Amino acid sequence: MIDLHGYGGLLLDGFKLTVLVGVASMALAIALGLIGATAKLTPSATIRWLAATYTTVVRGVPELVMILLVYYGVPTLIQDIATAFGHDVRVDINSFVAGVATIGFIYGAFNTEVFRGAYLAVPRGQVEAAYACGMSRWRTAWRVTLPQMWRYALPGLGNVWMVLLKATALISVIELHELMRASQVAAQATREPFTFYLIAALMYLALTIVSMQVQQWLEARANRGMEGV
Amino acid sequence: MDTILDTLPRLLDGAWLTIQITVLSVVIGLVLAVPLAVLRLSPWAVVRWPVHAFIFFFRGTPLLVQLFLIYYGSGQFNGALESVGLWTFFREAYFCGVLTLTLNTTAYTAEILRGALQTVPHGEVEAARACGMRGLLLYRRILFPKAFRIAWPAYTNEVIFLLQATSLVSIITLMDITGVAQAAASRTFAFYEMYLTAAAMYLVLVYAVLFVFKRIEYRLTGHLRPVGVAPEPTAPEPEPAAPQAAATQGASQDGRTP
Repeated sequence: MIDLHGYGGLLLDGFKLTVLVGVASMALAIALGLIGATAKLTPSATIRWLAATYTTVVRGVPELVMILLVYYGVPTLIQDIATAFGHDVRVDINSFVAGVATIGFIYGAFNTEVFRGAYLAVPRGQVEAAYACGMSRWRTAWRVTLPQMWRYALPGLGNVWMVLLKATALISVIELHELMRASQVAAQATREPFTFYLIAALMYLALTIVSMQVQQWLEARANRGMEGV
Repeated sequence: MDTILDTLPRLLDGAWLTIQITVLSVVIGLVLAVPLAVLRLSPWAVVRWPVHAFIFFFRGTPLLVQLFLIYYGSGQFNGALESVGLWTFFREAYFCGVLTLTLNTTAYTAEILRGALQTVPHGEVEAARACGMRGLLLYRRILFPKAFRIAWPAYTNEVIFLLQATSLVSIITLMDITGVAQAAASRTFAFYEMYLTAAAMYLVLVYAVLFVFKRIEYRLTGHLRPVGVAPEPTAPEPEPAAPQAAATQGASQDGRTP
């Protein structure tokens, strides 16, 4: 058996934090995705342009640069602006908040595309039928559009979740003690980097496998009313 | 502004390193991915299984872990590596960076190609077989040309992702765009200026790659365009990547989603 030199608990704590960061970022990303998709489908050209800029910029900038920008750049930017107005403030962002905000922001852009695709996949006639039955816009969204979007969005959301989960490893560069950082600490202390990074890799792999199972189950459940899917 | 101008020459050096690493990994990765995709579809489980395991590992774990596993992890075996004369390579961050990125993109590309190969209509393969083609000839004339066309949009995404993923090599001390920006930022305290400049440089590189790849896609699908209708694309559309994965099966689904 592999000797963990007493670092098993640290790794487990890191593992839990990774799951927590992942879930929190995904929740933020889903919220931003719904907002973004709505923005992309509005008649207003300005709002559509804003949403397009959001997805375009996020798609072209590496996650690492984005994380560094938010964690180190935003506080200094705020301080500089405050100084310009004659105030002296010190801003520090908590690394958990910075990490979740950045990852959520990035994958919100990808979820925007997922939800937009899902919305367009719902047949237009169904919405018209709902209006014809006298349903309001909100009720139509809640009863007709959203439940069906869920079905179309699931494969895409599952993919985004798995990429997002792996992206959380990058938060270790801003000193958040998630799984990657924990294994780094253990690797340096024990001088057995290979052992500990391999364990970390296997833990991420386990998360991926569990996610795939859950996704399959959710998809089967979402498609239970459909024929031959 | 002055600090940005002062660092600009070094940032451009960094950009050159970023481009170098990207091109090396993409080219070697593609060369390795083609045979792996074929092996992945082999009827023999003995062949199929190890390839599957390789792809699954590299797609299922974060790139950062892979990078550390190779760069720092190799230190645990430096004695063994030295005895076979490989330690000089593994000591180099550049070598480890390119190796990791290559293996990573190989796994993703192989999976994209596998998906594409599987969506080639069976009738075309049967027709080719009926004409007496088999083995490499069948692959060269029928399967690969078709599969590459199907895989191209997903492959474009993969290359863009790899380009952005090269930013991770800055963590193992290489001075690519991110590395230079980080060093300059911590020296001058111009954090947001530096990182925004770096972000802008990546943005330019990504859309340059996208432009070239869209051009190639346009050429690849020439025979599918209605005659005299579609004009040359002027600017590349910032293609949404994720819905491809949601909407179509096969090729695009197996790429790195976003």
